[in-house]
Amino acid sequence: MDLSAINPILLLASLMVAATPILLAATGELIAEKAGVLNLGVEGMMIFGAICGFATAVETGSPWLGFLAASVGGAVLSLLFVILTQLALANQVASGLALTLFGLGLSALLGQGYVGVKPPPTPDLHIPGLSQIPFVGEILFTHDVVLYFSIVLVALVWLFLRSTRAGLILRAVGENHDAAHALGYKVVLIRSLAIVFGGACAGLGGAYISLVRVPQWTEGMTAGVGWIALALVVFASWRPWRVLIGAYLFGGITVLQLNLQAAGVAIPVEYLAMSPYIITIVVLVLLSRDKARAPAALGRIFHASS
Amino acid sequence: MIKLERRRQPSQAWSYATPALAVVATMFFGGLLFAALGKNPVEAIRTIFWEPLFGEFAFYYRPQLLVKGAPLVLIAIGLSLGFRAGIWNIGAEGQYIMGALASAGVALALYPLEAWWIFPAMIIAGALGGFIWGMIPAILKARFGTNEILVSLMLVYVAEQFLASMSLGLMKNPEGMGFPGSRNLQQYPSAFNSEVITNSGIHYGVVAALIAVIFAYVLLSRHMLGFQIRLTGEAPRAARFAGVEPARLILFCLGVSGALAGLAGMFEVSGPSGQVSIDFNAGYGFTAIIVAFLGRLHPVGILLAGALMALTYIGGEIAQGNLGLPSAAIQVFQGMLLFFLLALDLLTNFRIRFAVRGTA
Repeated sequence: MDLSAINPILLLASLMVAATPILLAATGELIAEKAGVLNLGVEGMMIFGAICGFATAVETGSPWLGFLAASVGGAVLSLLFVILTQLALANQVASGLALTLFGLGLSALLGQGYVGVKPPPTPDLHIPGLSQIPFVGEILFTHDVVLYFSIVLVALVWLFLRSTRAGLILRAVGENHDAAHALGYKVVLIRSLAIVFGGACAGLGGAYISLVRVPQWTEGMTAGVGWIALALVVFASWRPWRVLIGAYLFGGITVLQLNLQAAGVAIPVEYLAMSPYIITIVVLVLLSRDKARAPAALGRIFHASS
Repeated sequence: MIKLERRRQPSQAWSYATPALAVVATMFFGGLLFAALGKNPVEAIRTIFWEPLFGEFAFYYRPQLLVKGAPLVLIAIGLSLGFRAGIWNIGAEGQYIMGALASAGVALALYPLEAWWIFPAMIIAGALGGFIWGMIPAILKARFGTNEILVSLMLVYVAEQFLASMSLGLMKNPEGMGFPGSRNLQQYPSAFNSEVITNSGIHYGVVAALIAVIFAYVLLSRHMLGFQIRLTGEAPRAARFAGVEPARLILFCLGVSGALAGLAGMFEVSGPSGQVSIDFNAGYGFTAIIVAFLGRLHPVGILLAGALMALTYIGGEIAQGNLGLPSAAIQVFQGMLLFFLLALDLLTNFRIRFAVRGTA
């Protein structure tokens, strides 16, 4: 074992990269859940975004168009969830599972021609001045735009939920849809928008995996990141900044685990690869006592019965 | 203006009609998908649904239907119990793997001993392996209120890694010339899950699936526990007043579905698959979720749905060979089926009224 092979600067920098897909997907799901919708299709929307973004980036040569296509793709797939749960009033758990199974199949189908292809590189933004700061600069200020966008997004979502009227209405819908309906708010429309936002974020997160983090396309490459994002929302007790902390924590575990594999620790590779999932379970157990902050109408079907 | 009106009771007629309608809708939109892939849609649908049953090589495919259908039915029966009570075990894939590993472990440890009790011991080990894996989310949910959906799913990834570790390490065939994967249990008579009737496709797993269907039917229609499961699903508040203990129900549903998924894995590893290998699991645990819903969470319905889903597997394989249809297309096809089913379920619970705005 050679732990000195692990470079702390690279480790921390790649921690941020590993955390970004989880962060994007979890932020999107946070908005959906705040509106009272439990969308278990995050994994499906992520992998669909991953292939949409990858294919577009390869065909056009522009990673930016790729990211755009990924969020559009994720949003379009989430429309299926809107139709099922908001219009056809189907069970949200079952519909979410359907979305994941469908997304996995569809992405495998679309991705057939893209195995082994290299995507165009996403340029890193070397922020002048800041990136020259030794140690900290290299860790924090040498990333791509999408990574910074994910952090800005958390701030925006926090502001939106905390201090805007629209955010208050969204939360009202998530806490008590009947009361919100009685006040004249369009529950179905608001929830639909929240779901689509969640889909776009998940798609973007998926594309971050296939275009930046890995970067290549393999079937089922999201490998449960969407599910970890779902767990993260619970972990964060539906608070945006806690989502950020949680995502970086999980990113850290993933990266550390990979580094330990590379450094040749005496633990077999498979057991190291299990660790992010096991730690997710442990964290869920530790935090499951605190259920009070869950939106009260989470997962409940709304029908304006007269 | 279209209005939805909640039915006082779910419509019996629609609840039978929607699965059939969903299949028809999936055939239609699946056909469109195949056409978009440049295949003749009519030919593709015919290959998937007709060829395995009545085609030229049907004598070969018909037994295969039972082989593919048995694990799906076995797992789906277990899942349906929990789904009815609002207990969501979606980690059947992991329980399937653990059941297979536990039973293969017993067989490989005893190799080359020949004895009549080895196969029964493997059955017990398989059920136990799945049971234990299912009890992890159950106990965590009953004790701490942890979300069983996420825990059971996380355990799938853990089980997959464990499978990789076993097939590359402890269970690797010492005479396998360094290739990953265990000894082939098909060549170990005491452990081989052979056919009960030769060339019929009926191995012990098929028998077990049929027993599970009957067991679930009796449980749900005749037993107090089955009543409690249905009550919890349909009226949770009433169930609490009636003295149903949620914890007991959680342990029972997740335990049974885990054990059945483990059994499915056991019959697969000792029969059709024959060995523990890295890609041993073929997604039965996830497809079984579709089967459970398609069968309306009813034991007899699940039996029919399992047969249908097995048909799409076999037909899909034929279409892969004959028409060059990509394997992922079948996955999409199966996903579509679940979509249409969930969407059309609206008709079971609601009445659609066309009303002119302003009246009413």
